[in-house]
Amino acid sequence: MKNHVWRPLFVVIGVVIAILLFRAVYVPSDFGAQDRGYTFGYHRLSNEQEWKDYPGKYKGSDYCRECHDDKVEEVSSSQHEMIPCENCHGAAFDHPDDPEKLVIDRSRGLCIRCHTKLTMPSSGRNDIPGIDPTKHNVGEMCSECHNPHSPSLEDM
Amino acid sequence: MVEQVAQMIVHGEAWTIKDLFVLPNEYVYWSIQIVMYPYMTGLVAGAFVLSSLYHVFNVEKLKAIARYALVFSFALLPVAMMPLMLHLMQPLRGIHVLMTPHFTSAISAFGIVFMAYACIVAAEIWFVYRKFIVESIHRLEQKSNRSGLEKILLPIYKVISLGAMDLSSEALESDHKAVKFLAGLGIPVACFLHGYAGFIFGSVKANALWMTPLMPVIFICSAIVSGIALCILSYYIFMEMRKWAAKRGKNWLLPDALAQGGTAIPVEQLRSIQDHEVKMTSKYLLIFMTLAITLEVLDMIFRGYTAVKSWDALRMVIYEHDFMKIFVYQYGLGNFLPFLMLLLPGLTTRRAVIASILVLFGVFMMRWNVVIGGQAFSLTFAGFMEYHLPIIPHDIETFKEGLGGALSVIVTPFIIFYFLNMIFPAFMSDDEAH
Amino acid sequence: MKRRDFLKSTAVIVAGASVSLSALEFVDPKELLAANPQLRWGFLVDTHKCVGCGFCVKACKTENDIPFEANVTRTWVERYVIKTDGEVVMDCPKGARDGFTTKLLDQGASGNRLIPENEIAQAFFVPKLCNHCSTPACVQVCPVGATYQTADGTVLVDRTWCIGCGYCIMGCPYGVRFFHPVEHVADKCTFCYHRISKGGNTACAQACPFGARQIGNLKDPNDPVAQALMNQRVGVLRDEYGTKPNVYYIGLNKEVR
Repeated sequence: MKNHVWRPLFVVIGVVIAILLFRAVYVPSDFGAQDRGYTFGYHRLSNEQEWKDYPGKYKGSDYCRECHDDKVEEVSSSQHEMIPCENCHGAAFDHPDDPEKLVIDRSRGLCIRCHTKLTMPSSGRNDIPGIDPTKHNVGEMCSECHNPHSPSLEDM
Repeated sequence: MVEQVAQMIVHGEAWTIKDLFVLPNEYVYWSIQIVMYPYMTGLVAGAFVLSSLYHVFNVEKLKAIARYALVFSFALLPVAMMPLMLHLMQPLRGIHVLMTPHFTSAISAFGIVFMAYACIVAAEIWFVYRKFIVESIHRLEQKSNRSGLEKILLPIYKVISLGAMDLSSEALESDHKAVKFLAGLGIPVACFLHGYAGFIFGSVKANALWMTPLMPVIFICSAIVSGIALCILSYYIFMEMRKWAAKRGKNWLLPDALAQGGTAIPVEQLRSIQDHEVKMTSKYLLIFMTLAITLEVLDMIFRGYTAVKSWDALRMVIYEHDFMKIFVYQYGLGNFLPFLMLLLPGLTTRRAVIASILVLFGVFMMRWNVVIGGQAFSLTFAGFMEYHLPIIPHDIETFKEGLGGALSVIVTPFIIFYFLNMIFPAFMSDDEAH
Repeated sequence: MKRRDFLKSTAVIVAGASVSLSALEFVDPKELLAANPQLRWGFLVDTHKCVGCGFCVKACKTENDIPFEANVTRTWVERYVIKTDGEVVMDCPKGARDGFTTKLLDQGASGNRLIPENEIAQAFFVPKLCNHCSTPACVQVCPVGATYQTADGTVLVDRTWCIGCGYCIMGCPYGVRFFHPVEHVADKCTFCYHRISKGGNTACAQACPFGARQIGNLKDPNDPVAQALMNQRVGVLRDEYGTKPNVYYIGLNKEVR
């Protein structure tokens, strides 16, 4: 065969080398098969730390207790004790620095998440006191009658 | 915050209608561009296989259309990548497929197989046209007053000649051997390129409609069918245009003639070549169609017969929701009718061309029914999703993944071919090429 | 009703619930302890305790910056209503980010459906989230190594590397993945990796007033989740796909998809 036959092959080899050189620069050095092997663990290792550093928003009720122990005490004698503070008061973020004040969700929508009466035999939902939100004091805020920290009207 | 909401797009929400019980994150994520993608790679693979029938198996009757199919397959090649780029949420990162390929994924093969295939087709074209390239360089160099187009072409030819100016009979003979080798090598690579496109779907175990080992084989067969059909159709159209242009001397419709400054083949000769090639190619179309239809029907029967858990949902999709698309458009209009048209004696060019159009439509519908149909039911098998192709785009996403995006994918190969035909004249007369 | 009473009544329901045993997947305790004492995150959902308030969904969306208005979510709650004639009707309005506040079941394009009370045999809620499978199909199909599993079993997505092809979304048999509406890359539950790796709880489990959700170390025999898996009958979702999921369900019914 004449030697010109190999010329396209040289071009191809050149392209491949160029791609490999570019790859060496472009791909982060910590990219590779990690703990879970090539099939399930091929990735950029530093991304794991990036996810660990993801900023959290919810701090948990113990964090609230550090300053608002009176309020935590108040709710502890009611059925609503089981509800984490941040479910209604909103995620703490870096409160009290940022935000200084949390916005409390007082909407009916929040209360009826649990207190819409549904027929749910074989579910815990059946045991929660419920109302029909389309009939029960429509347009009123629940907290006008029920204290969220001590919701039972008999206790009031 | 307001700004964030403004640019917030839930991908898929614009064109998905959910019915009954569908999981909250389920949408038709793979839409028209993923229909286009196997369709276009199929056309590439099919066109290449057609050209190889002549180059490898010496099917002399296909000589004229084989050269055309090769150049057209090269024009289709970049377009096979286009739907993927239009589909990606991060198109600029498409290069990652080459940078950090994860070979347990069928898509990762794309970068490498596609590149390898592109190299093979490019090299084959180089060998087929090397004599022409060298002759063109000599011709253009001797010319004292070069036109604007010729001034551009000369350096292009000089670069792509790679300095191989030897036109001795031994050199040409080795060109010929190289073409044969590359065409032979290209067939398995083309089948692999498209077979793995089928594998992309066939290996998704989460999708009851897609998951079958037959998928790659079905995709290859329908690819060859659609590739041949497109070659027949486009060959016919280009020849018609050439006849029309040759009669009236409209050189801008004959880019190769425009580039070479010469006149094209006489109209009468064009017509006889056209009729001959279209009819011959139709026979091969018929063979591959038989294979494709057999496999598809086998798949359908097997699913119904084994009737595993997912069959209830699949049956709903196949026999109710998508009945028209599958049985009327795909099998009826797209398979059965053209099959009869090609089978009936006394085949005329016009009938072959109409059959080819129907075949192209049928294969497109097959791709549609696989890609969209596979997402027509929820993972719960208790709900359905309907896809509505965005026709009038209202943002970049509904353009990319809508009618506009699909049409640009269809039009692009013809634009590329127009310019490619200036450099590599696909309709060159017989004695000039291999 | 005090919490203790609530738990007690829940226990009665647990005992009384007519759960089809054949549908339950038994977990081999030995297998669980085999690779002690490393870390392998797992999750336990008690479907009896879930009341469908959707606080978990809301907390997850806030914690992980998934726009509240976007109709995609990392975790969601499904409602199952099994009629006396055997028909199963399910819904999951907006992933239950606002809970279930109506008796009407959202049936998508078919509109809402009301099941008369006397036709309801059973009804319950099933929370869903990423199963952080031991052999995750989504990771296997990622073409660029943008999604992966950590040594402790969490499946994560590298947002700087994902090309957005959607293959992982297609590959997941549980439908937990989606395209992030703002980041425009694949997104999924991380088990709140930033919280659990600092010793915290996931946002969803912390927000659940009823203790229906629990994260734990499956390789620690003293971990409450690992103990529950050992001592109770738990099931997993869609094990036929061979992905070996790590979210376990107490009170899983064969109707749950």
